[in-house]
Amino acid sequence: MLVFIFRRILILIPTLLGVSIIIFLMLRITPGDPAELLLGERATEEALHEIREHLGLNEPLYVQYGKFIKRLMKGDLGETIWSRQKVWIEVKERFPATIELSVAALFISCFFGIIFGIISATRPYSIFDYLSMLGALIGVSMPIFWLGLVFMLIFSVNLGWLPLSGRLSVGIDLEVITNFYLLDAVLTKNWAALKDAIWHLIMPAITLSTIPMAIVARMTRSSMLEVLRQDYIKTAKAKGLSQFMVTFKHALRNALIPVVTTIGLQFGVALGGAILTETIFAWPGVGKWMFDAVMKRDYMVIQGGTLFIAAVFVVINLVVDVLYAVINPRINV
Amino acid sequence: MKKNRPQKSPEDRHPLLDQLSQLWRNKTAVAGLIIVAGFVLMAFFAPALSPHNPNDTSLYDQLKPPFWAYGGSDKNVLGTDDLGRDILSRIIYGARVSLIVAVVSVGLAFALGTLLGSISGYYKGALDNVIMRIMDIILAFPYLLLAIVVVAYLGPSLENAMMAIGITYVPRFARIVRGSVLEECEKDYVMAAKAVGAKDWRIIFIAILPNCLGPLIVQTTLSFASAILDAAALSFLGLGAQPPTPEWGAMIARSRALILRASWVMTFPGIAILMAVLGFNLLGDGLRDALDPRLRD
Repeated sequence: MLVFIFRRILILIPTLLGVSIIIFLMLRITPGDPAELLLGERATEEALHEIREHLGLNEPLYVQYGKFIKRLMKGDLGETIWSRQKVWIEVKERFPATIELSVAALFISCFFGIIFGIISATRPYSIFDYLSMLGALIGVSMPIFWLGLVFMLIFSVNLGWLPLSGRLSVGIDLEVITNFYLLDAVLTKNWAALKDAIWHLIMPAITLSTIPMAIVARMTRSSMLEVLRQDYIKTAKAKGLSQFMVTFKHALRNALIPVVTTIGLQFGVALGGAILTETIFAWPGVGKWMFDAVMKRDYMVIQGGTLFIAAVFVVINLVVDVLYAVINPRINV
Repeated sequence: MKKNRPQKSPEDRHPLLDQLSQLWRNKTAVAGLIIVAGFVLMAFFAPALSPHNPNDTSLYDQLKPPFWAYGGSDKNVLGTDDLGRDILSRIIYGARVSLIVAVVSVGLAFALGTLLGSISGYYKGALDNVIMRIMDIILAFPYLLLAIVVVAYLGPSLENAMMAIGITYVPRFARIVRGSVLEECEKDYVMAAKAVGAKDWRIIFIAILPNCLGPLIVQTTLSFASAILDAAALSFLGLGAQPPTPEWGAMIARSRALILRASWVMTFPGIAILMAVLGFNLLGDGLRDALDPRLRD
């Protein structure tokens, strides 16, 4: 097992290096002067000179890359162009918001996805099965940026049930400790803020959960169908066990093994989808921050943010792989 | 003379045609095919079908609701946007934009992916390793992020969005083709082709690849669906189609400011995206049932 994990981590290194090379090269091989790209067309000659010195843009590419990697090793993602703040500090401030949103979305999608998948698989080709699989197909085809706006229109504008955007209402005070608002509210026993934070979380989380939910439901159904066909299930039924026991105790355990992998991969989908969802709901996470950076052409933020998100994604994939090996006794590692 | 011609037996039919003929029995596939055909026709005959020019603005017809709502009229069936442009016409022309985007970006991914995948699978060894590691690197970026970043550097435009989407889709094609080529290379006919001295490219493109078409067709169809979705998302973020191009995602982006006053401006382009993507997904699912022998019972 340890050897497997070690090997898996070793593969991670060339991938991350490759990611860093791509991100490094993007700024340098884009047509035009990178310094001008960074500062805009109206930058003064001194400012251009300064940024060239600062980033070493006059040196050969491999020297530049060496310095780039050296800084990365120290956890230095550079400085933002507009606010002149460390990119890393900005990421740290915003990442909890994205995690909060993604985890909530994944929780919703797993809960409903698995339930719908199981019911569909136990009643294959029934009307429920057709409807839920059609629903799942619509789910994967959904433009979530549009769905988010439709939710806003219905639940905020027309019905007034849920807040339009943001993470907290104006006037609600919350002592920020971890930047996970739900956690902070619980830690400080601030129940009013907790309720308000949950209220703000519902719409973006459901929006973001659409595609993963559909994928989890489809995966659970097909995996469950496969397991239910096997002999040991017949044995269990022949022993006289109830349908419930057979489904949930015997079948579900094995059926969920491939589903776990799918769920892990959906985290990446959620991280990407967060850019759309956060932009719509003005959710102050990494996604909206990246989008704002694209609009402001702050390439240092784009570069640092992309590296960070890609690294998180790669590590999650690693964890999923290891987890898959742990829960699947048939894989001998 | 006619009598001497050998009779065609059912076995002589290309297996792919045989599998495709099963498609008609698959309700999902037929439903998908109908929707897709609808959009293709819409795109093709856009000038004839749309009641107005999609870019004609009208000062007097700003924010007209659809015909069934109070204040709506038959002149603008689905209403107008804030510049008085006819929404139905823009949606019809939008089908053109979305289908072109899908064809170009998936075509790019298909060509590059097939080339890299067959090189990888045929020559194996170090070359295979390098190519597949590069594919892994592309896959290390979460969905949509790489496309957004590429467009951020190249500058927002529909052409760059197509290219960005195309690049991010290369690995899926490369992986499928590599797997199939690896499998086919073990078979006798490849050995025979090598024995008669056929050139490598001939073996790959004429002998092997036609036998890997099934999974490729499925992947292409499903990729059309996600390309339409991703292109709409990029345009929604302002990174794809630029005004005044009638593109569905861009239409939704513009309607955001009007959400309190005119919800129809936002509603219909979204339904168009959903239907087009759903059509390709249905067709892709049906094709997979028909063409992928591994998934057939």
